[in-house]
Amino acid sequence: MDLHFQGPEASAEERAAVDGVLRDQPAHRDLLLPALHAAQDRFGWVTPGALDYICRRLSVPPAEAHGVVTFYHLLSLEPMPAAMTHVCDDIACRVQGAERLCDELARRLGPEGEGGWKRSPCLGLCERAPAAVVIRAGAAPSAFAVAPASAEAIATEPEEDFTAFRRSVPREGGRLLHRIGRVDPSSLSGYLESGGYAGLRRAIEIGPAAVIGEVSASKLMGRGGAAFPTGRKWEAVARASARPHYVICNADESEPGTFKDRVLMEGDPFAVVEGMTIAGLATGSERGFLYIRGEYPLALRRMAAAIESARAGGWLGRDLQGSGLSFDIEIRRGAGAYICGEETALFNSIEGKRGEPRNKPPFPSEAGVFGKPTLVNNVETLVNIPLILRLGGEAYAKIGTSASTGPKLFCVSGHVERPGVYEVDFGATLGELIAMAGGVTGGRRLRAVLLGGAAGVFVGPDQLAMPLTFEGTRAAAATLGSGVILAFDDSTDLGDILLRIAAFFRDESCGQCVPCRVGTVRQAELLHRLRSGCLIGDLATELALLREIGQVMRDASICGLGQTASSAVESALTALELLAGPEPRS
Amino acid sequence: MFGAGGGTNSYREIEETDVILLWGSNARETHPIFFHHLLKGIHHGARLFAIDPRRTSSARWAESWLGLEVGSDIALANAVGREIIAAGLVNREFVENATTGFEEYARAVEPCTLEYGERETGVPAEAIRGMAHAFARAERAMICWTLGITEHHNAVDNVLALINLSLLTGHVGRYGSGLNPLRGQNNVQGGGDMGALPDRFPGFQHVEVPEFRRKFEERWGVTLPPTRGWNITEMFEAMGEGELRALYVLGENPLQSEADQNLARRRLESLDFLVAQDIFLTATAAMADVVFPAAAGWCESDGTVTNSERRVQRVRKALEPPAGARDDVRILFDLARRMGHDWGEPRSEAIWDEVRSLAPPFAGMSYARIEALRGLQWPCYDDDHPGELFLHARLWERPIVGPRVAFHPVENDPPVERLSDEYPLRLTTGRRLDDYNTGVQTSGYASPLRRGESLDISPEDARRLGVHDGEVVRVSSPRGRIEVPIRIDDGLKPGLTFLTPHFPDEVATNLLTIDATDPRSGTAEFKAAAIRVDRLGGTGLT
Amino acid sequence: MIDDSLWFRPPPRPSQTPVAPPRPLIGMVSLTIDGQSVEVAASSTILEACRSIGVEIPTLCYLENLTPVNVCRICVVEVTGARVLVPACSRRVEPGMEIQTDSPRVALARRMVMEFLASSVDLSTAPQALEYARRYGARPERHGAAIETVEQPVKIDNDLYVRDYAKCILCYKCVEACGTDAQNTFAIAVAGRGFDARISTEADVPLPDSACVYCGNCIGVCPTGALMFRSEFEMRESGTWDESRQSKTDTICSYCGVGCTLTLHVQENRIVKVTSPMDVEVTHGNLCIKGRFGFEFVHDDPKEESSPVG
Repeated sequence: MDLHFQGPEASAEERAAVDGVLRDQPAHRDLLLPALHAAQDRFGWVTPGALDYICRRLSVPPAEAHGVVTFYHLLSLEPMPAAMTHVCDDIACRVQGAERLCDELARRLGPEGEGGWKRSPCLGLCERAPAAVVIRAGAAPSAFAVAPASAEAIATEPEEDFTAFRRSVPREGGRLLHRIGRVDPSSLSGYLESGGYAGLRRAIEIGPAAVIGEVSASKLMGRGGAAFPTGRKWEAVARASARPHYVICNADESEPGTFKDRVLMEGDPFAVVEGMTIAGLATGSERGFLYIRGEYPLALRRMAAAIESARAGGWLGRDLQGSGLSFDIEIRRGAGAYICGEETALFNSIEGKRGEPRNKPPFPSEAGVFGKPTLVNNVETLVNIPLILRLGGEAYAKIGTSASTGPKLFCVSGHVERPGVYEVDFGATLGELIAMAGGVTGGRRLRAVLLGGAAGVFVGPDQLAMPLTFEGTRAAAATLGSGVILAFDDSTDLGDILLRIAAFFRDESCGQCVPCRVGTVRQAELLHRLRSGCLIGDLATELALLREIGQVMRDASICGLGQTASSAVESALTALELLAGPEPRS
Repeated sequence: MFGAGGGTNSYREIEETDVILLWGSNARETHPIFFHHLLKGIHHGARLFAIDPRRTSSARWAESWLGLEVGSDIALANAVGREIIAAGLVNREFVENATTGFEEYARAVEPCTLEYGERETGVPAEAIRGMAHAFARAERAMICWTLGITEHHNAVDNVLALINLSLLTGHVGRYGSGLNPLRGQNNVQGGGDMGALPDRFPGFQHVEVPEFRRKFEERWGVTLPPTRGWNITEMFEAMGEGELRALYVLGENPLQSEADQNLARRRLESLDFLVAQDIFLTATAAMADVVFPAAAGWCESDGTVTNSERRVQRVRKALEPPAGARDDVRILFDLARRMGHDWGEPRSEAIWDEVRSLAPPFAGMSYARIEALRGLQWPCYDDDHPGELFLHARLWERPIVGPRVAFHPVENDPPVERLSDEYPLRLTTGRRLDDYNTGVQTSGYASPLRRGESLDISPEDARRLGVHDGEVVRVSSPRGRIEVPIRIDDGLKPGLTFLTPHFPDEVATNLLTIDATDPRSGTAEFKAAAIRVDRLGGTGLT
Repeated sequence: MIDDSLWFRPPPRPSQTPVAPPRPLIGMVSLTIDGQSVEVAASSTILEACRSIGVEIPTLCYLENLTPVNVCRICVVEVTGARVLVPACSRRVEPGMEIQTDSPRVALARRMVMEFLASSVDLSTAPQALEYARRYGARPERHGAAIETVEQPVKIDNDLYVRDYAKCILCYKCVEACGTDAQNTFAIAVAGRGFDARISTEADVPLPDSACVYCGNCIGVCPTGALMFRSEFEMRESGTWDESRQSKTDTICSYCGVGCTLTLHVQENRIVKVTSPMDVEVTHGNLCIKGRFGFEFVHDDPKEESSPVG
């Protein structure tokens, strides 16, 4: 390509930082994001010299690289303080004092940005709200989470102790969570001794077709939010004639209120590796990607260490365990974009493009990452796979209800006594889950529950008997989504929560399609009008407009983000009668 | 080639070919819209090989850049041919059925081993081999070239060397396979089609064939000379020898566009009578005894032009010409009337219909059809003929229709002007994207890309000469000297320099170029002069 | 010279006219559109199927010569059984599809898309968009005046064309034309995210510092006048632009031998704009800097005292 480069010549330092990740790998576009991370990690921003050097090394047009950098919140083209604290001000942290923390930081450190701190959407640390993630650039960059966070606590990196994970998993036992906080996540032998890799052994023994048979028989449904039958996905990819095939573990957990995948990766990383490996063997893929969100530094370290140990132990790589089969995993770190959890946006992100979703069809099983057949599964889904192979698909299918099989993880947070990840067999009700978490904090009255995250729906206390199954939530016009149960007591300013949700979608819209790009802005503006009382016309006119904005986003947006951007807002108005009651809070 | 002077393929075929040899052409900048079609081919998986002394913007799209020494094209082509033969990759069936002279060709290129190729051209043997094998093994392959092939003293031999490669592999006469010269000027193809050549009537009918001549004599009611005339180079030589005393120049600026400008000026000055017909008062027109101000053919008059894929297209009048300027055809009609021949009112369609009646390749191209189909490709024999998508399909018929085509072994013959201690650098010339020829038209618009003329040199030579970007230096050839700023271009190899002809009033590039000319085509060796570069005010440094 | 007879006379005609090799056969698919049965090639999009029976589908980001990006969503239609509306411009037909192009959901989506665009973008030089806004009953004023828009100063940084991104609907056409769909120069891309997404050069530098080669193919595809010839921009500013007094004439470019069709837009015997028709096989609507902008020399102006050098 006859590309035009005009950036300043890279310094030795800039070249070294970039070369550190590119090394002798073939210079492909999909290394763009890793290279940009390298510059960001080294300098705290993507310097012009580093960007120019990256473009030259990877033959990426500078205008496109500019477009990619400006897409991600964690990358900056402007000089930034080397240490940056990302403070979550999203729903769960909001009800636990996030605003007070921000005020405190502004007072002590200075304004957002130059003061070395920034507001962030949900950091996935809701069980320990309020939360912050500190990212320090430099020759020896570091990143760590602080939760609960305070102006003092963010100054020091907490010590890592895997037994501390127990506080995120208040109930002992479980089929999926049993190792968390109890088995050393850095120890392959610990994993093996606790029953690990039995699933992969069996998979190698019975072969791909039988593995897919077991997964289909288990009636496992995807746990990322879309609830698609996992066996059908596997079969479609295995059958696809184009080669190669890829497996992607979607670990870009970013739905506000969701943290189960983080807990799994931090506490039981080998289970994720095992699940991916079985998926690889079953679908004829030799290369897997773990796409993990950039705000999960500990999970990233744990997963990287587990992949390395697995490789050293012959559980990844060529001819694994003498089976003649090969599979390996590369980690790709996200850079601050909720939309990249959408699978087609995730493909573009891996490919070094802007994380804009693609239109479907074609579906990933036909044309996914690099245009090849691709299996995308969520972390929790994959962690169920070793279990299915150990138990057998039919036995697994007996767990839970007939339409919702297996164990399910719920992320319970907000105003509950013991927030955390709870594993139950499908069938438990909303009330039971809240009771498991110790009920509403301080014995207050429950006002509302947000199910499924920002893209989910609000339900009122009248819905506590709702079984948290796919069929049960569907019957109540609700959604399980990613397993979020965010409880609000009767002191909550729900109008403020709705504004935050609207702001979340406005901030996270990729901007590609008109309904979502403009609709999320108009929705947020309208909610502000409702809250301030500066209506255009009367309330009925505004509510009608709000519903039309919601409908065009739902009907005509390219992807799930826009399609669900009005869901929580609209449900709040109906289910909670937020604006219909005698004293609307907003 | 093979009797019809035009590119064998349509642009759209390059989108679906497998291997492209872009030889002596920076189409990215000189034929940008053709390059769009080529890029589609690359995006569809075609492999591009760029053969050019410079690593141009076109070459940057190539899988392999073969940066040969200026003027060593035949050595390279022969080495490619020899490798194809030696590797057993000759298309035997095609060679046996459709060609003659293979054995002779094979004998002639036998010494041209890969090592020979590397030695003569400077291109690594492995790169030559790679291109030879890719070209020969491809299902479809095209060779495209421009002035890097034809602006040499042995232009015709260069073209023959490329034709030989196509014959060897059967890459001609099929969809996506062929030989395509990219025409440098808007209607240079149409000029040839219409017989603006010393030896042709319209439709490639040779003047020395009595049957053709008779046809035109009968139609025009005159006797026509039975022998070929002079090409432009021969005309300039004839001026030099005093044989040519009067010249009528239409839409050319030979004073500035001919190689060795000082010589061109002396020759034009020696004329008894010079007439210039142009839309501008060009440097040539300024010397003329009579100037006919003309209308701009492409927007102030009606007619047709032919492009590089043989497509005859309509040009239309969109503007009234400036006061006093007339349509080219009207000027000729008016002249004829003054000379006692009333040809009536000039009408472009009537003239075109006369062409169609006399030249079979255009017979089926009525204005109505050309307009409806947005152009038709010749040959187009009758009103139902769609025009030929690609030429020479007859070579694949069994038995072959018409005569076979011949291999023509050619020998490498380096540029006339060898490098010497006095003139140690090679100067080659070409165009840039936003300017055109002597800048007569392009100086009219404000191109943001335009940075003025510069002598482009390699970073190595710049270091050696101690010159920096933008420094004005003196450039001398055995024929003249100019002053020009330096620009360092990492696409140039050490020893190679580059100038354009775009700014003749500021930088008279053609004071340096050599008028060594191919006697058969009449093209001069603009691509290879020897120069030296000296710092101004400094001691001689070369 | 190559062959004596061939040198002197044109070669004989092949016994058959050369044609392109046949394409793989594409099956036909039957579907219904607004209750009307239609049969089209299986490779067709819904848009093509609709057009084949004269059902008009509005489009803004779609152009025949560009890869569909389906971002404007004005072309959405309702497919029975589909949860959401589908973009007609990119979605392929399937056997038995039942399509409605004018259902209430479709009407609402189109109205709201136009309302969103009209409330955030200056559509004053986008006649097609204004016509859609009128046709679908968009009422942008419902959203009030104190709302976010893409208003920003016009960028005038070179002599050939201006960029007024206050008029940009972010249809991606210019990016595609600058990229692999045509020019392959990649001087511009979408930068930023969400409502702040913008078309930008690298580091947002002015065009003369960017990779731009001024082919103007972005102007050729821009549906809103955000990208405009400087001549047109200045005439509009001074109130002299008058399309009713303009003629459009197709001719062939006078520069290299590729033979690009130019459409000359002429007002008062001056070329005020150059475009190229989409349906010409040579250009597919694309030109280079010389073809699009290099026409000034035919204007009978007093010669300006500007040196062509720098």
